[in-house]
Amino acid sequence: MSSGYIVTIFTFVAIYISLALSLNILTGYAGQISLGHAAFLGIGAYTSAVLAVRYGLPFWVDFLAAVVITGIIGTILGLPSLRVRHDFLVLATMGVNFVVVSVFKYVDFFRGAMGLVNIPAPTILGLTFRGGAPYLTLTAIYALLTLAVCWYLSKTWSGLAFHAIRNDEDAAASVGVGSARYKIYAFGISAALAGGAGSLYAHFLGSVFPDNFVFVESIGMLSMVIFGGIGTLRGPIIGAIFLRLMPELFRFIQDYRFTLYGALLVLMMLFQPMGLLGKDSWLWKFSTRLLPGNRTSMREEIP
Amino acid sequence: MTLLEVKHISHWFGGLQALKDVSFQTQDEILGLIGPNGAGKTTLFNVISGFITPTKGEVIYEGQRIHHLRPYQTVRLGMARTFQIVKPFATLTVEENVLTGLGMPYYPTSKALVQRYKTAPNLEKVEEILTTTHLKEYREFPAAKLPIGLQRRLEIARALATQPKLLLLDEPAAGLVSQEATELSDLILALFHQGIQIIVIEHNMRFAMNLCQRIVVLNQGELIAHGTPSEVQNNEKVINAYLGQE
Repeated sequence: MSSGYIVTIFTFVAIYISLALSLNILTGYAGQISLGHAAFLGIGAYTSAVLAVRYGLPFWVDFLAAVVITGIIGTILGLPSLRVRHDFLVLATMGVNFVVVSVFKYVDFFRGAMGLVNIPAPTILGLTFRGGAPYLTLTAIYALLTLAVCWYLSKTWSGLAFHAIRNDEDAAASVGVGSARYKIYAFGISAALAGGAGSLYAHFLGSVFPDNFVFVESIGMLSMVIFGGIGTLRGPIIGAIFLRLMPELFRFIQDYRFTLYGALLVLMMLFQPMGLLGKDSWLWKFSTRLLPGNRTSMREEIP
Repeated sequence: MTLLEVKHISHWFGGLQALKDVSFQTQDEILGLIGPNGAGKTTLFNVISGFITPTKGEVIYEGQRIHHLRPYQTVRLGMARTFQIVKPFATLTVEENVLTGLGMPYYPTSKALVQRYKTAPNLEKVEEILTTTHLKEYREFPAAKLPIGLQRRLEIARALATQPKLLLLDEPAAGLVSQEATELSDLILALFHQGIQIIVIEHNMRFAMNLCQRIVVLNQGELIAHGTPSEVQNNEKVINAYLGQE
């Protein structure tokens, strides 16, 4: 394997860490299961691509516009979630994904299946990030930024409000949490962060096509969140690393690698439904017990 | 001024009339709301706290009509409640559950997006509330792992964190053994002496009679009696409602 190939894989890993972390705000923190997150990746990627290719705007403008516009569209697309819950919400978010991909495919402005090509490499302060290690650094910085946003958010009253509505909307209302407001916040923040990742995705590939953002991509992102440990900070990171690297590591078994991938997901859900490093996973419990001064054992049962 | 006034409340669930022209008002007291199963007690709580908009009638709180408000708005006016089927935030610790109540003033503002919740003053307030509700030793426990009696107390603690003037307790003694019920009764009395008005739905007659200064009795959605515990106990309609007519 060439080093360029490895760097490319890790660039995607970094982008998917941002995506999984952003989806975790909506699904893990606020409890709104979404199978439409690829739509937000797509909206960010297309916003950036349109501004760069059609209007020749610099990267930082494309990037910020991708974050803001995807955040606004995410907020608007989150409105139906106020009317539907649980499995109906899953179907609604799937529908959103189909609609967004259809818009990219059938609205001439986005050049349909031909996609938008020749997206320039980003230039920041005179430095051009044309693939390789520099671009990996850029995506890694964004992944860290996303992590910082998620971490900080989890420490704020909003973070607590998200947990409250995920647990029980009536009980949340009884302490003053308007669930509509917080679901919209979750959709908006989650979409905005995914939009930023979309911008980096577009400028990295140099082209965007509607098929990059199909429903299957959304399943992949949700798998990362659940596989790693939903609702935690570490989970989506581990999920993104593991599930992006696995098909590459098992490339030698060729087509069977996806069978293995599927089998691993099934086993995980059977034996570790909270994810590899989720709150009650044996691996997490084991590793926290090794740390001095941990409170895990104390929290397990009532004295 | 009367804190809460319920005026001619009626509510239908489809063809079923759950509340029939119910009116009463609170005084500075612990008010009991009793009645047989299906009498409409929890429905009335849901109407008062904004979970149900009544088909007819008005709920007036501190002189303001509030029956069109949602529950997250009524709590901001100083009215907190607990639930008959306990609803602690199961994945949060006891401490975090109480903190959710302390966040009440922040949730409707953009400050909630930036202000951190685990600050020293907030943790001190949590400590105070957990001391009052005798939950201090469970501070770090996930709420899901507490037994039902402690979960009920935790709901009271969470409600107290919103600094209510009026506390609505929906069957707080359900499922408690006698010792726990006595402790709970002491806690409710202590809260009342701190200046919180309380309405309590209760099935346990002895618990309600010992605790409440005044009692309102519902039967099949209708208010059939109100008065002091002894007046209510000797009321013929109440005896018939509980024991059935001969």
